[in-house]
Amino acid sequence: MIRLVALLLLVALPAKAEEIVLGLSRDEVAITATFEGSDILVFGAIRREAPIPTDSKLGVIVTIAGPDEPVMVRRKDRRVGIWVNTEGVEVDAAPSFYAVASSGPMKDVLRDVEDLRYRITIPRMIRSVGAVVDDSASFTQALIRIRAGDELYQVLEGGVTLDQDTLFRTAITLPANLTEGDYVAHIFLTRDGTVIDDYITTIPVQKVGLERWLYNLAHENALLYGLMSLAIAIAAGWGASAAFSLLRP
Amino acid sequence: MQIYLPIAEVSVNIFLLLGLGGIVGILSGMFGVGGGFLMTPLLFFIGIPPAVAVATEANQIVASSFSGVLAHLKRKTVDLRMGTVLLTGGLIGSGLGIILFNYLKALGQVELLVQLSYVVFLGLIGSLMFVESLNAIRRSAKSGGAVPTRRKHNWVHNLPFKMKFRVSGLYISVIPPILVGVLVGILAAIMGVGGGFIMVPAMIYLLGMPTKVVVGTSLFQIIFVTAFTTMLHAVTNQTVDVVLAVLLLVGGVIGAQIGTRIGVRMKAEQLRIWLAIMVLAVCGKLAFDLLIMPSELYTLGAAEGHT
Repeated sequence: MIRLVALLLLVALPAKAEEIVLGLSRDEVAITATFEGSDILVFGAIRREAPIPTDSKLGVIVTIAGPDEPVMVRRKDRRVGIWVNTEGVEVDAAPSFYAVASSGPMKDVLRDVEDLRYRITIPRMIRSVGAVVDDSASFTQALIRIRAGDELYQVLEGGVTLDQDTLFRTAITLPANLTEGDYVAHIFLTRDGTVIDDYITTIPVQKVGLERWLYNLAHENALLYGLMSLAIAIAAGWGASAAFSLLRP
Repeated sequence: MQIYLPIAEVSVNIFLLLGLGGIVGILSGMFGVGGGFLMTPLLFFIGIPPAVAVATEANQIVASSFSGVLAHLKRKTVDLRMGTVLLTGGLIGSGLGIILFNYLKALGQVELLVQLSYVVFLGLIGSLMFVESLNAIRRSAKSGGAVPTRRKHNWVHNLPFKMKFRVSGLYISVIPPILVGVLVGILAAIMGVGGGFIMVPAMIYLLGMPTKVVVGTSLFQIIFVTAFTTMLHAVTNQTVDVVLAVLLLVGGVIGAQIGTRIGVRMKAEQLRIWLAIMVLAVCGKLAFDLLIMPSELYTLGAAEGHT
């Protein structure tokens, strides 16, 4: 036991003065037929060799990001009296889900330079290059606004509880309308807004059971899926007619 | 209780879906319509993506029209020959409709196409029905209901490729039924409806078919056209949500049986005027959405090539 601790210390020796040790309440999320969303509890501790530095302020930022995907953002405009989609901007990569929680106001725990480097806040997370429309910024803002309305983008300033500069925890709620894929939990430790350590782990989010089977069938064997849907429909139609003709004298 | 729909990828209350199926089922049983034209917009309202709503509704109509046609086959009120001719047109139309649907989907205008089609067709049919049933009520109040003779000779009877339709007692060219079929097929593909609400008036007023075979024949061809549409949507877009379809079906078949019983106790003119009002109400809501400035001007969609 002592030897193991010694070994761990040796491995950790060249490391930084302060380091993240992490725990997750769940290491995967299963989307079942009755999926109503899910809470993920992210908790951990800060390991350090020396006493807690008092000359600078400690911050913890926790982000959870869904898979990146390109998104088409369209704007409606009035044409001949009706509102139709006119201009569109393709955002090259926007996470399907993104939550960022911090132990204090964002401006206190993260400097702008560091945000640029690590792409932590939501506007930095979204990449949109090669936009042909003048005000492409309003399109990305709209993307953020709509996804925030669906609880797909969340900003939880002060959402991370930090105890005695050592223990931290936060709960992030994943809504029911999730996209499948590998979700990345990224934890940043900052001193005066500068990132001194970060830690990454993935949480796979997947449909399971019947949901999985139907989704795969629909995409990989569309013809069979279509025929199955029709067979179900015809059986149901026949069944209903037979059942009610039995009921009717 | 929420249920996660695997294809639509949204979580919806299961009782809401059963209830919707039931209500639309009651109405369709009362009025003898498929109910697709009501169900599809309702699915939009509860947040099902339009592409999924349209494709899934086509699948549901297969079930309800199959159930209906069995009853009509027993009563021998299906003109299979006319049905087959309509069907030929219907399959062509459905194919064209899917091409148009997918083209506009790529342009980001599919929602507009679907909504505009609804506004135009619901508005047209609703107003016609409203005026007609008002007149009928006035007539029956005056003279005790003398039904005007309909089988007049019009331009339809001067076209080539004539064919005998014994069940309908008609000897007419196959061109008009094929064209009607094509039109209904296109509508089935882009609106997710069976098209009965267009087909039935067209059969009566344009083709001059006797009323008793109209509904059965219309249902017969709707089965095939919507089945074909379902397959096309399933193969090209992967948008048929079988879980959603089954939930709507369960509510729908039960509702339809209840509706049929209510319908028997009501007068035909009254029924039609209520149906007309309902059609106009749905049309009004959709038109309102197009005309009023939306609270959110932006919409999100999958980028091209990524469905």
